[in-house]
Amino acid sequence: MAARIHGGAATALSTFNPKKLVAPSRTNLPAAARSSKRCIVAGGGSDASKKSLSVRHSQKLIANAAVATKAETSATTGTGHELLLFEALQEGLEEEMDRDPHVCVMGEDVGHYGGSYKVTKGLADKFGDLRVLDTPICENAFTGMGIGAAMTGLRPVIEGMNMGFLLLAFNQISNNCGMLHYTSGGQFTIPVVIRGPGGVGRQLGAEHSQRLESYFQSIPGIQMVACSTPYNAKGLMKAAIRSENPVILFEHVLLYNLKEKIPDEEYICNLEEAEMVRPGEHITILTYSRMRYHVMQAAKTLVNKGYDPEVIDIRSLKPFDLYTIGNSVKKTHRVLIVEECMRTGGIGASLTAAINENFHDYLDAPVMCLSSQDVPTPYAGTLEEWTVVQPAQIVTAVEQLCQ
Amino acid sequence: MALSRLSSRSTTLLQPLATTSLLRRRHISTDTTPITVETSLPFTSHLISPPSRAVETSSQELLSFFRDMALMRRMEIAADSLYKAKLIRGFCHLYDGQEAVAIGMEAAITKRDAIITSYRDHCTFLGRGGGLFEAFSELMGRTTGCSKGKGGSMHFYKKDASFYGGHGIVGAQAPLGCGLAFAQKYSKEEAVTFTLYGDGAANQGQLFEALNIAALWDLPAVLVCENNHYGMGTAEWRSAKSPAYFKRGDYVPGLKVDGMDALAVKQACKFAKEHALKNGPIILEMDTYRYHGHSMSDPGSTYRTRDEISGVRQVRDPIDRVRKLIIAHDIATEKELKDMEKEVRKEVDAAVAQAKESPIPEPSELFSNIYVKGFGAESFGADRKELRATLP
Repeated sequence: MAARIHGGAATALSTFNPKKLVAPSRTNLPAAARSSKRCIVAGGGSDASKKSLSVRHSQKLIANAAVATKAETSATTGTGHELLLFEALQEGLEEEMDRDPHVCVMGEDVGHYGGSYKVTKGLADKFGDLRVLDTPICENAFTGMGIGAAMTGLRPVIEGMNMGFLLLAFNQISNNCGMLHYTSGGQFTIPVVIRGPGGVGRQLGAEHSQRLESYFQSIPGIQMVACSTPYNAKGLMKAAIRSENPVILFEHVLLYNLKEKIPDEEYICNLEEAEMVRPGEHITILTYSRMRYHVMQAAKTLVNKGYDPEVIDIRSLKPFDLYTIGNSVKKTHRVLIVEECMRTGGIGASLTAAINENFHDYLDAPVMCLSSQDVPTPYAGTLEEWTVVQPAQIVTAVEQLCQ
Repeated sequence: MALSRLSSRSTTLLQPLATTSLLRRRHISTDTTPITVETSLPFTSHLISPPSRAVETSSQELLSFFRDMALMRRMEIAADSLYKAKLIRGFCHLYDGQEAVAIGMEAAITKRDAIITSYRDHCTFLGRGGGLFEAFSELMGRTTGCSKGKGGSMHFYKKDASFYGGHGIVGAQAPLGCGLAFAQKYSKEEAVTFTLYGDGAANQGQLFEALNIAALWDLPAVLVCENNHYGMGTAEWRSAKSPAYFKRGDYVPGLKVDGMDALAVKQACKFAKEHALKNGPIILEMDTYRYHGHSMSDPGSTYRTRDEISGVRQVRDPIDRVRKLIIAHDIATEKELKDMEKEVRKEVDAAVAQAKESPIPEPSELFSNIYVKGFGAESFGADRKELRATLP
């Protein structure tokens, strides 16, 4: 139970009112869980106090919690600052660049233009053109260049303007980024971060709506994480930069303007850990990135109908956090995966296989996976809506599974 | 005459000192008085004035060239027999014939300058200071190999000597090389990166991307095209509209070098290093030749005649060229050189024998070096007991 608390408290979002969730679930639970739950589900009220409570909880439970170093100062005061997701990414990046002169950024229009999604805004003025490098449009070459620089000890953050463009750099990412540590017998580490927005946006067309996590997931040697809130965006960005392994950080085009209050003190999110968004009893819903919001929207409806879904944002796409997921499956015995990848060969497909393999005995029903359709994303708005999973479908699926 | 006097002196000294090469060179080994030699051909250049044909060298250097090239040649031939004996599997790309490029380059640079090359990397590895034992162990997939047996023929690396490999995909090392140069510029080291690629890779798009980047930011990159005239089975005139690879840089200056002449290579690399440190990238085209096929699976004679191969071997062989220079300058006799070659052969055979005895990797090595542990959570799949993230 306690394991769920640390690693980032559940975040309060403007669209989500958790008060409705607390009431029906309390009846089924033992006392201990009830009290811990109250502090995780950060209400729409005073976010600051709730967050500080969870922070203090985290401190008690693990000695070296990420926020432990400076938590005393603002945990008690409970201040934080509100910002948008792209600003959180920028903050994380800037803090890491201040901290370590080896961290540099490279990508198209990251410097003078400030980044196509403003993630690197202002950094070129602060750090100079060499540390925030505007590259020509040659994904293969600048990704390879970042990897070559990483072989010598630099820590580049390579931005793909849209994740889909990184398909041109697939060879570099697969062979050189993922495998060099292994084929050199451990001589070279490749501490790069490859980041960029992906996913289905608002009528961006097929080529600009790709979900590359499904293509990259088989590459050995890389880690993949997907951020979904300003809190975990900053935390994952910092952790990815500090990691000695190559990390691909998947952002989503539609989530850049999410607003949230994040702590003032320095914190990091674990790269390999999943986030408990909403604890529950009846069914485990695994999701990540944008689909987390569709799931939470569906959760509102489900709670009204009397269901108690447990929502986990898996965050770590490679490797999967089978510990958190496993604990959840052992409790609820039903799993629904909601993802934005395509049906064939997506993250959901791998996760289904992993859950079946590891937790087969605990399942009361087959693992259900809701994914996008196996089609190129159409331009027309209505068609695009039907391509991705919508909250109504999630509600239907839960009802079906919980029969 | 001089030669007979030397040989008579040497016979008396040779008998009790059959093993050590150092003594074989007698007082000559400390002779570093400069000798000026002219390169076989003048340099052809593009957008730059070429360096002079007169190369300064010394007897010590020429002898070391000879010995090291003989070592490389022997190593490749030994690798050939090991492959046929099925001790080396997979792909094995041999460098014999092209030794002058590796040797000449090493003579012009330091270990702080980086070299990155393609899969034809055995001799470059040796040139960077890699050991014969590590090389053969790696080829035979033993743990004592330079990449712990997990890389193979195409993945030799030596980080402490700034040798960045060893890459299997044609041309993929070009952007990596630019990255190395970028890091050198970023960290303000006064060093350059030599990015080697072949005439086949010269048609890769990523090469031009890397060239553009290097020229745009004045990166200290020297791009070296080892033109052995065949991209596996396709001759250069059948795959490149413009086989003048040194001119392909367009706005980047280039130099065409006789790649079978170690001294010309040395002169060109020295010139290129000076240029790259001040003015940004430069392309060197090394006109060289490989005696073996593209790899051990390729006989090498279906797309070229045996006469061509033996013709080049007779007229342009790099080791013979240095041998003739050594003899012409009275640095050593033919017999001494032959003895040196025999000694090299023994060294290679010893390394092969030692490597054959080396252990194969443990099964647990399958999963080592995939990730670097240390920062962040420790998660072991479904059995993870605890979870912590620490700010280092």
